[in-house]
Amino acid sequence: MKPSPLTIRNLSVAYRKKPVLRDIEFEAPEGKLIGIVGPNGAGKSTLIKATLGLIPRLCGEVSIYGEPYARQRRRVGYVPQRESVDWDFPTNALDVVMMGRYGHLGWFRRPGRKERAIAMECLDKVGMSAYADRQISQLSGGQQQRIFLARALAQDADLYFMDEPFVGVDAATEKAIVALLGELKEQGKTVLVVHHDLATVEEYFDWLMLLNETIVAFGPVERTFTPEHLQTAYGGKLTLLGRDERSALILG
Amino acid sequence: MFDWLQLLSDPNARWILLGSMLLGIGGGVIGSFAYLRKQALMGDALSHAALPGVCIAFMLSGSKSIGLFLIGAAVAGVAATYGIGFMTRHSRIKPDAALAIVLSVFFGLGIVLLTRIQHSGSGNQSGLDKFLFGQAASMVRSDVITMAVISAVLIGACALLFKEFKLLSFDPGFARGVGYPTVLLDQLVMLLLVVAVVAGIQAVGVVLMAALLITPAVSARYWTEKLGVMVVLSGLFGALSGIAGTWISASGNNLPTGPLTVLACTAIFGISVVAAPKRGIVAKRVIRAMARSRLARESETERLRTERGEQAL
Repeated sequence: MKPSPLTIRNLSVAYRKKPVLRDIEFEAPEGKLIGIVGPNGAGKSTLIKATLGLIPRLCGEVSIYGEPYARQRRRVGYVPQRESVDWDFPTNALDVVMMGRYGHLGWFRRPGRKERAIAMECLDKVGMSAYADRQISQLSGGQQQRIFLARALAQDADLYFMDEPFVGVDAATEKAIVALLGELKEQGKTVLVVHHDLATVEEYFDWLMLLNETIVAFGPVERTFTPEHLQTAYGGKLTLLGRDERSALILG
Repeated sequence: MFDWLQLLSDPNARWILLGSMLLGIGGGVIGSFAYLRKQALMGDALSHAALPGVCIAFMLSGSKSIGLFLIGAAVAGVAATYGIGFMTRHSRIKPDAALAIVLSVFFGLGIVLLTRIQHSGSGNQSGLDKFLFGQAASMVRSDVITMAVISAVLIGACALLFKEFKLLSFDPGFARGVGYPTVLLDQLVMLLLVVAVVAGIQAVGVVLMAALLITPAVSARYWTEKLGVMVVLSGLFGALSGIAGTWISASGNNLPTGPLTVLACTAIFGISVVAAPKRGIVAKRVIRAMARSRLARESETERLRTERGEQAL
């Protein structure tokens, strides 16, 4: 049997003394778009960061395609939250996308014509090729998000982690991201997306993880996206309205 | 009137000029990365922390060797950064406060040690008091050669690791994700900053060295949107400041070179803030004025058009 793209065993993370994630265990199926949802502070971003080793974990094992992350870095692509960097950095859009190739380049080597071509292609895929030379602070929030996506595409990975790519983006970007997710799925790639908008969960994802410190539910959307599971994950913060309970959700 | 030829014909002055220039280049180049990584104050902390390190190195060895100073300053710098990191991690003290505490403690300790050295009368201590504000005039050929080597190391490291430093400055999380040893690179940048500080001790002194690390970088940022150009410009601005400082000082007014270099550097910064294209104050004003007049013109034509339309009715 082929090893799963991502297997996590017994993962726990704490900030100072407060546990943020407890006993996380799951196995991500290959070729699926997996949404990760949960209330604020549920540890969604933390899960991604701990998986990638960006923050220390108390315990737990992460294996990617059956091997430790350190040996599989090139198969992993990462889209951080847009606010995690200062966009007033002296560089242009194309240059940021080329950073996606740095992991493949090795020490001291500069990106050349080949990397440029790959980066241009990725910019094109997110509909941003017209902005290649634009200074990154001159881009709108949605455009910046698309640049980050293009950079992840340039990594040419098999497993992608995206941290809230839909936050604060315009309709055009949202559409571009959805199209891109579909394309990645078609290529058999696995994508984990931290998401917060329950209204679009069924439309965007195949699988869903409901997270609140621990995994509340994990599986195909039609089995996991139920009022009972949502109530468990969100607690009293969630009010369900309407006859068709899934039709309207209010978070408070 | 003092003229250039006279300055250049004096071999001693030539060395000083070259030394100040090299220092400016090295400081400007590595300073660019420190600035973009929001570690502008780190340069300040490291340069103040260098003082006790250098003093202890002198007390232990009794010699004024740049190599030993480098080790002393590096050890002190590591201790200072570790202290700042420890305080932020294990207490509720925020990084800026931790930085302020560490900076002043190390500097205070440095002054105490410096005073002790001066009163010890070991004979060899002359010139140590110049660590605070530097004395470029005391530079000789061998010093300049050391500085040339140090500058070459700084520039070489930044050129070789340009792409790594760039990613580390822009998005450290992503850098970590693609497998860069970010902790190691982080420490390397710190070490290079310490190296630049030690190189500057003799010419501008520890107190003012921070200015030569950050001000050229901040000035350069005003002129360009490309990192490569910014780093080169920053080195150039540093070199220009060094030359200007030495030149003004050598024109016979008996003013110290180091502080003059820093003032020259600040003058470049002032010019950049005002006159830089796009980012400068003047350029921004002009762009806004143009946008406003265009808006006014457009609404004027719009008004005329509707008036004409009304008349036609």
